[in-house]
Amino acid sequence: MTDLAWIDAALASARPRAVAALLRYFRDMDLAEEAYQEACLRALARWPEQGAPRDPAAWLILVGRNSGIDAVRKAARTEALPPEDQLSDLDDAEAGLADRLDEGQYRDDILRLLFVCCHPDLPATGAIALALRIVSGLTVPQIARAFLVGEKAMEQRITRAKARIADGGVPFETPGPIERAERLGAVAAMVYLIFNEGYSASGAEAGAREPLCREAIRLGRLLLRLFPSEPEIQALTALMLLQHARSAARLDGEGQVVLLEDQDRSRWDGAMIAEGLALLDKAMRHRRPGPYQVQAAIAALHARAKTAADTDWAGIERLYATLERMQPSPVVTLNRAVALGRLSGPEAALDLIAPLGERLDGYFYYHGARGAFLDQLGRAEEARAAFGRAIGLAGSAAEAAYIRQQLDRLSQPK
Amino acid sequence: MLYAILCYDSEEVVGAWSAETETAVMARLGAVQDRLRAEGRLGPVARLMPTTAATTVRKGAEPLVLDGPFAETKEQLLGFYVVDCDSLDAAIEVAAELGRASGSAGAHEVRPLMVYRPGQVEPS
Repeated sequence: MTDLAWIDAALASARPRAVAALLRYFRDMDLAEEAYQEACLRALARWPEQGAPRDPAAWLILVGRNSGIDAVRKAARTEALPPEDQLSDLDDAEAGLADRLDEGQYRDDILRLLFVCCHPDLPATGAIALALRIVSGLTVPQIARAFLVGEKAMEQRITRAKARIADGGVPFETPGPIERAERLGAVAAMVYLIFNEGYSASGAEAGAREPLCREAIRLGRLLLRLFPSEPEIQALTALMLLQHARSAARLDGEGQVVLLEDQDRSRWDGAMIAEGLALLDKAMRHRRPGPYQVQAAIAALHARAKTAADTDWAGIERLYATLERMQPSPVVTLNRAVALGRLSGPEAALDLIAPLGERLDGYFYYHGARGAFLDQLGRAEEARAAFGRAIGLAGSAAEAAYIRQQLDRLSQPK
Repeated sequence: MLYAILCYDSEEVVGAWSAETETAVMARLGAVQDRLRAEGRLGPVARLMPTTAATTVRKGAEPLVLDGPFAETKEQLLGFYVVDCDSLDAAIEVAAELGRASGSAGAHEVRPLMVYRPGQVEPS
């Protein structure tokens, strides 16, 4: 790697910590971002010559605070800091600063920064875009590409989100244990949303959106380092790794979705699966079950099956039943029905989803799954009707193409 | 004399490598390993999973199991084992047993391996 590439990577990994600490200091997202940018410019000027500091994040925080200090001198509450010329790898000032910004403070800083992005007033798309911009440091064009909108529209979306947050007031006090747990739950949900934005993509969009998956996993690992003993964070990261491990096999040459049972399992990423399983192992030891652990356990059963036929459907059905109790939702019941269909046949699956029709009437997968069960029972006419409903609800060209395939097959004389 | 060579780097930076960078780095390292192997000088090679996958077992009659890597600076790395276990619980049990047998203070960090090549070498 060249020097500059190394510095880029170091800046990217220091970013969440640095921006989060600057936000605490300036209490203003724009100022924090500007101060961070300024610090990065100075890093690019200085690090190639002097070498990178021992703790890049601490260096960036200190320099960012100094550079932004004039703008906020009135609001500043802290003593003057040494100029960055005096900071180098050999200087003790940096070690002192790193001590003052101990792990606990970093932890609450980053959690606050992520939590601010999950502000309940923000629509999910706004929250995700803001987190990717502020926490991950993706550029507006990168985020716009991932969301398939124009740069200008994305810029506006982020500006609006920031304005909402500024109006809403950012919680700067150190959170208590209950509040911290709540924040962590909201942040975990957002990280999984980011992952799903990338994971649900298919066709031409898939390539552009794939970085969202990687970013979500990176955020999951960041949370894991800050909260090493939270089984749900361990399980969330495991879940994302286990799902992302299939990405090379999930889409065919044309970008069409390949169903799990038809995927070439030799193309699954073995290292990612192994890491996901290791994290799930850690989570389960806590004996504090939660929804991410159950979902990761389901993904693990798929990952462990050498072939589709080896899948432990009984285990998967039991896990979906557990998830149903934790988070009752018709979508979870639908998933359990798919497992039950494999285990006890399509009749049992149809019985299970019969009461869901009203709530899931506008849901693509409901009609798709129902069509498949009816088809397996040889009730072709009803299957055709169900697939007909599904195709009208398809959210992507790939989904529509898959259903059209089923319809074509049904209309062929046997 | 046999030497263990331990690799240190920022896992955040290494974890953010693109697939191309990863492949290129591994190819360059592989070339060095191939040469050493051909000369009969290479023992086991392992790449560890990230520290987020680590569990630490403090030695003692009732060992304390903690999530995360070994983080103390008062103790130094003195040795390591590679053990085949069916589960994390089994690996923690081995670490606890070794801890009881050693009878001293300190800890064992249990870290799953990402890559393992057994290698073969006799001390010269």
